[in-house]
Amino acid sequence: MIEVRNLCKRFRDKTRGEIRAVDNVSFRCQPGQIYGLLGANGAGKTTTLRMLATILEPSDGTAVVCGYDVVEQPTKVRASVGFLSTATALYPRLTARELVEYFGRLNGIDGRPLKERVDGIFDRLEMNGFRDRHCDKLSTGMKQKTSIARTLVHNPAVMIFDEPTLGLDIMTARSIISFIRECRADGKTVIFSTHLMTEVEKLCDLIGIIHGGKLLTEGTLPELREQYRQNDLEEIFVQVVGADRMPQETR
Amino acid sequence: MSVRNIGIVYRKELREALRDRRTLVSSILVPLFIFPVLTVGIGFSAAALIGQASREPSKIMILGGEDSPAVVAGLQQVKNLQVVPARTDYTDLISNKRIRAVVDIPNGFQTGSELGQHPEVKIYVFSGDMKSMFGATRIERYFSEYRDNAVKDRLVAEHLPESLMKPFSVKQQNVVSEEKVAGESYGGIVVYLVILMCMTGAMYPAMDLTAGEKERGTMETILSSPIKRTHLVLGKFLLVLTASLATATLSVISLGASFAILSRLARLHSEGEPLPVLALHWRTIVAIFAMALPVAVLFSAALLTISLFARSYKEAQSYLTPMTFVVIIPAVAAILPGVELTPQLAVIPILNVGLLCKELVAGTYHWNYIAVIFASTCVYAGIALYLAVKMFQRESVLFSS
Repeated sequence: MIEVRNLCKRFRDKTRGEIRAVDNVSFRCQPGQIYGLLGANGAGKTTTLRMLATILEPSDGTAVVCGYDVVEQPTKVRASVGFLSTATALYPRLTARELVEYFGRLNGIDGRPLKERVDGIFDRLEMNGFRDRHCDKLSTGMKQKTSIARTLVHNPAVMIFDEPTLGLDIMTARSIISFIRECRADGKTVIFSTHLMTEVEKLCDLIGIIHGGKLLTEGTLPELREQYRQNDLEEIFVQVVGADRMPQETR
Repeated sequence: MSVRNIGIVYRKELREALRDRRTLVSSILVPLFIFPVLTVGIGFSAAALIGQASREPSKIMILGGEDSPAVVAGLQQVKNLQVVPARTDYTDLISNKRIRAVVDIPNGFQTGSELGQHPEVKIYVFSGDMKSMFGATRIERYFSEYRDNAVKDRLVAEHLPESLMKPFSVKQQNVVSEEKVAGESYGGIVVYLVILMCMTGAMYPAMDLTAGEKERGTMETILSSPIKRTHLVLGKFLLVLTASLATATLSVISLGASFAILSRLARLHSEGEPLPVLALHWRTIVAIFAMALPVAVLFSAALLTISLFARSYKEAQSYLTPMTFVVIIPAVAAILPGVELTPQLAVIPILNVGLLCKELVAGTYHWNYIAVIFASTCVYAGIALYLAVKMFQRESVLFSS
């Protein structure tokens, strides 16, 4: 489970002074649920998810991931989370198998259990054809599978996806979407950020609309439709953030 | 757990480094081949050129000497001197290297010298030009032989013994071991090389493991794993240190081999004395590497910290290039003749190790200085490593892109 409590992140910028990239954001996501964080570029999605994955430290507030506090127990949080984004690239000079094993070892798995775990994932994701190929020689789809295998190697209870389909072709994007569904089916807690309405409509059990670092509204898709008297999510989004408000640059 | 994690990172970085052509070239191939090429290639060519110049006849001109025919005739007979007809524009001819030297014999030289009037012969040269110097030396050698013969003739005429010419002799005798002689001659180069190569070897991996990782987008991947940032930076640091020491070790081996080849070649091609062979005692080598270890730690940690601020490999290169001068200047200062250890210099990083190692190579062990320099370098290295660990905790540095 994930419980985000009044999470804030402030940055200092030489020209613009203090920037509130994430401003008092709170939400919850239960196991077997997909929480979709919907927002334009620069809305604060990535910063929020980076704080949940303990890559960044909150300026204020906190979050509890699988019972561990992101500020107090960041190492335990990372051991419970699989984090995937377009910014999480692969080591070009390692083979797919070496890369997944490396992350397995960093998660404390070794020897026979590691081998069995990696074999299982490679079978499931049909990666045996390129297991010994260097990552810089893989196609985009193969790279994406290797990234997924990396996030799964320690069997985390929580999965965080930061715009995972950004820049991918339709087929690769579809395989990512179906993988996210599988995670939910496995009972994992899933947080997913995107700026694509269609992905949110297809996937998410709960939707939070974030803008200018603030979580402006949240609810299930039917709840949002009823609240804003709109059927189309894009219309709802525009109504929530305000048509004339340009997204605030945060980084 | 922590040692295990540092080991995991280290092994992975080592595996990647060994698969990276740029790392292999900068850490292994360059130190292995650049020194044989530099020392044997350039050294041998220089020796060959000097040898050729010393055998080549020097074109000279004689001014005056009409009333000293024996002297002029003698000069014309000297091997490797080619006398050309006198001209008034000899200064230009020397400066244009058309002739190498001009000998100006004063009027009445022959009779004047016989009568003890102390006439002066002038040799006009191009100071600093090697071939002009060779010509002048040959002329001088002729005149000193001429003088000796004149004195000898007079002694014979006076029925005095020839030994009066040299009532006593002076001779230099080396009393220091061959190892120390070689250390004094080449020690500076070895020390300079170890220091510079510790830096060069650390440079590429330091950039690759920080700025390179940011550029490739793998920094966020590794930061999302449960490893603590301290363990991550220590694993990376150990790899940079390994590369630094490997490069320095290979350079010294390669330089030793080059010197051995060079002194053999020099013996074959030069008429002069053979070069002293650089044969270092194992104890000296151990001592140099013991002193180089904290220097390598200092470089590895400092380069890692600086390149972490860069967003790309190119940016890191522009940060680290000036660092080369920061290292070269004290390293060169240490090998300058006459610069010796003082209590003040003993705390200046790099320069202190350079000066100390120069003494170690020459077989001198000042234990007080060794203790002070080792301790101070360890302190500097510790500070650099502490900064590297601290910088790895700073979000503004890690995510400067």
